[in-house]
Amino acid sequence: MKKFVNDVEQLLAESLQGMAAAHSDLLALHLDPIFVTRRQPPQPKVAPDLGRRLGHEPLHCGFIGKGMLDAACPGQVFTSPTPDQMLAAALEVDRGHGVLFIVKNYAGDVMNFQMAAEMMLQPCATVLVNDYVAIERSTHGTGRRGGRHADRGEVVGAAAEAGANLNQCKVVGDRVNSRTASMGVAFTAAPCPRRAGRLSTSPTTRWNSASASTANRDAGAARCGRHGNWSTS
Amino acid sequence: MNTQDIIAALEAVHAGILANEDQIESLDRAIGDGDHFINVRRGCEAITAMKAELLPLPPSQAFSRIGMKLLSTIGGASGPLIGSFFISMGRDLEGTAEPDEKRFARALAAGVQAIKSRGKAELGEKTMLDVLIPVSRLLLRLVDEGSDRDTLCAKLKQEAEFNMLATRAMIATKGRAHFLGDRALGHIDPGAKTSQVALFAVCDCLRDRPSALSPTD
Repeated sequence: MKKFVNDVEQLLAESLQGMAAAHSDLLALHLDPIFVTRRQPPQPKVAPDLGRRLGHEPLHCGFIGKGMLDAACPGQVFTSPTPDQMLAAALEVDRGHGVLFIVKNYAGDVMNFQMAAEMMLQPCATVLVNDYVAIERSTHGTGRRGGRHADRGEVVGAAAEAGANLNQCKVVGDRVNSRTASMGVAFTAAPCPRRAGRLSTSPTTRWNSASASTANRDAGAARCGRHGNWSTS
Repeated sequence: MNTQDIIAALEAVHAGILANEDQIESLDRAIGDGDHFINVRRGCEAITAMKAELLPLPPSQAFSRIGMKLLSTIGGASGPLIGSFFISMGRDLEGTAEPDEKRFARALAAGVQAIKSRGKAELGEKTMLDVLIPVSRLLLRLVDEGSDRDTLCAKLKQEAEFNMLATRAMIATKGRAHFLGDRALGHIDPGAKTSQVALFAVCDCLRDRPSALSPTD
């Protein structure tokens, strides 16, 4: 895949700088550590905060705004963000009513947010997003991953804007999560910016319902042939 | 063991990781999500860059500082795991100016325990713990028996290699590879590989440093 990249090591910072420059009325970019916040400081309210790996950019930072997220912490490409980013972002957007972390159920994201929550002195709560139905729930392992988080950001963000307290926002977020199912499809896996190859390969006549980064390899991922005959493996 | 030994050992780990780039990358691309090598390398670079800041500190504080730095630079699952490892070693060594072999073996066990707690993982789940747990147990036993330095290093390396290779026959129940189910069979776990590479580097480095493994507690 051909792409324009100045310097692979600077990809995270440079892509965010570009986005912040294009939307300077909406977004404020912080570089050390890296996080993005809402430009207009909101009224006193709960601050929904989402951290996710970069890799689907500008997805997560694109959901910052009124009635949405107050902050996002992008990690390196396909890597979860770190606790210092989350702490700095939470401190920046907290208006004294607490911070709600919206976290997708990936081992790395969960652990980093746990450590941030342990270090936080301010009140905080977490909504764990695990709605991805191509991965079966299991008794061992991490269980279902997070697929869509945007609807949680929308609903929780709207609740926070309307004056819901931290606990109410968490209840709303958990409720949306329990009632949501998602599944993504891809023909091929995403390329990793610093390498020529893709993370996995798949015949282009088949759909794969795994995440874009590793499409076609994940257990429980459904596959669809050319004629729409789904199978699970 | 003093802070100079720790820094020398971590520089050796950095070199070892770089020398094994291709193998770590290909293992991680097979059953991980392809970010392991670059994340670990980023962590190594951050530690190498803070050498001057670490040198005047006692080992306990140096380990804590290293842990916090790794926590904020590695990211992914490895960041909290490796970060917790060093932070717990630092906490365990508080009040010890220059840990001897026995003291260091106990601190290492505390660090490995921190990885288990943070990752909620156990032996046999196809993770870095499959190398770290047996190596840590063996170190405790060998220092108890009073093994000489060469025997100690040789046996630790043997244990690390054997257990790293053994992850090939495991099905992952933790970590990124668990989404693959039995398709991860036949692949060495990349976390176990980097742990083995790191242990080899630490052993080779400390074996030749007189202050590193002498009883000066």
